[in-house]
Amino acid sequence: MRVFLTLVRRELGGYFASLTGYLIIALVALMLGLSFTVMLEGMTREPSMIPLTELFFSTPYFWLIVLFAAPAITMRSFALERFAGTYETLMTTPVGDWQVVLAKFTGAFFFYLILWLPLAACLLVVQRYSRDAVPTDPGLLAATLLGLLLLGAVFLSLGCFASSLTRSQIVAAMLSFAVGISLFLLSFLSFIIPPQATWQTALWDQISMINHMQEFARGTVDTRYVAFDLSLTMLFLFLTWRVVESRRWK
Amino acid sequence: MDDWPMIEVSHLTKRYAGHTAVQDLSFAIGRGEIVGFLGPNGAGKSTTMRILSCFMPATSGTARVAGFDVFRESEEVRRRIGYMPENNPLHLDMRVREYLKFRARLKGLSIGRSRERVGVVQEQCGLTDVSRKIIGHLSKGFRQRVGLADALVHEPDLIILDEPTIGLDPNQIRAVRQLIKSLGGRHTVLISTHILPEVEMTCSRVLILHEGRIRASDSPENLQKRMSSEGQVLTEIAAPENELRACWETLAEVEHFNVAPVDGDYFRCALTPQAGVDLRPRVFAIARERGWLLRELTISRHSLEDIFVHLTRPEKEEELF
Repeated sequence: MRVFLTLVRRELGGYFASLTGYLIIALVALMLGLSFTVMLEGMTREPSMIPLTELFFSTPYFWLIVLFAAPAITMRSFALERFAGTYETLMTTPVGDWQVVLAKFTGAFFFYLILWLPLAACLLVVQRYSRDAVPTDPGLLAATLLGLLLLGAVFLSLGCFASSLTRSQIVAAMLSFAVGISLFLLSFLSFIIPPQATWQTALWDQISMINHMQEFARGTVDTRYVAFDLSLTMLFLFLTWRVVESRRWK
Repeated sequence: MDDWPMIEVSHLTKRYAGHTAVQDLSFAIGRGEIVGFLGPNGAGKSTTMRILSCFMPATSGTARVAGFDVFRESEEVRRRIGYMPENNPLHLDMRVREYLKFRARLKGLSIGRSRERVGVVQEQCGLTDVSRKIIGHLSKGFRQRVGLADALVHEPDLIILDEPTIGLDPNQIRAVRQLIKSLGGRHTVLISTHILPEVEMTCSRVLILHEGRIRASDSPENLQKRMSSEGQVLTEIAAPENELRACWETLAEVEHFNVAPVDGDYFRCALTPQAGVDLRPRVFAIARERGWLLRELTISRHSLEDIFVHLTRPEKEEELF
């Protein structure tokens, strides 16, 4: 555990020691601000019955952030160490392979959390200037946050896996972006294919990331979605672990 | 496990796709030895070191460190080694002290102990003054010391250094060598290099590796002795050339000779004696007898470089050993 925490700290520290880290934070803050403004403007034009969180997460900006930020965050995790050679010094210390994988993922996850902090400011603004307390119902916020975390975990674990496959950060980022966007685009299958009572429709519904986030932002925590996201995350982390460990039998 | 040698390698082979990096390697290294791994580029030095440090497995054969198998008891082995890879990779965005602490913690030292050890190794490696600097801003010499300090920080039994002095200036090389020398006795040290004087100065034993096999394993002095049994005598004498030539020709112990003018009245003579004969007293006696001026008299020893070249030359390498 001691070693694990040391590694997580180093990972997080690494993000803040490089310009990339600040650049990601700045870009995400800009996007969040933009999407917030767009949303407020829409609401001043016509009042809406849809919860604030759902409105927010159905803007394209949200998806842009998740799809772009995750590869940008995780591209360095293994690829940079391999490129710099520090992977060798890391793996020759008495550290378990799974500890390294989990630490890299956890570090990226904490950084991802930091990215969403500006959202808290947006909430405060709404709370301060709106006349009723409805938009910030705690249950709704908690569900939304959970959705945000789960979705982040899926894309970040995918990013870690992509990064473990290569020495080049660019390749890692492109790979995780390509797979990530494919996963996301699968959501549209449920819109394109006309709904029928077949198992296919049910399947497309279940794997739709857009549906996921909409449900969470509405305040519904569907355990099927939770299980889906968690198992995808575990699958990618398992694959990463296998890649890291593969140097022992290659 | 104190009765085990520090390193015991038997029939180690590592094959990459298409070529064999290390072939049927066997050797043992005792505790407290400083051993130099010598060989041209691509001889298999780094591969062997990577296997010993548990970074990658061997294709066949076994390697043990302090009695632990590098593959099956890898974590035990990694606890006991300090490894500095080739080119000394470091986290360039960290500060020296921060990095060493991070490494010490990774190697399982407690907070208090790591603080204490980081202080000690910084002192030992001359890093105290730059302790707060960012590694990326340091000169190559300092970075190398950071790498060394990292290898030492958890007081490992075995220290493996892959080309520790590469790219340093002569003063820095000297400092690093001193440091390595001071480690002998308490630690076992395995260094790889293709800089020969380094081995001569620091190591108690040399393993010469070529094309994945061991060519020689002995102390530097013994290797030299084995090579210089036919030691040539070089001398510079002021005398008429024809007298010199006549003298060497009549001397029975001289197998062949070569006389060449140097400057002024001096001639440089290279005399190859019959096997086992030391010509030096004889030459001196002759010069005194005849009243010649003698300003140099020396036996040429084969440097480790000659031995190295001799052993790792692609053709006719088995000639001597």
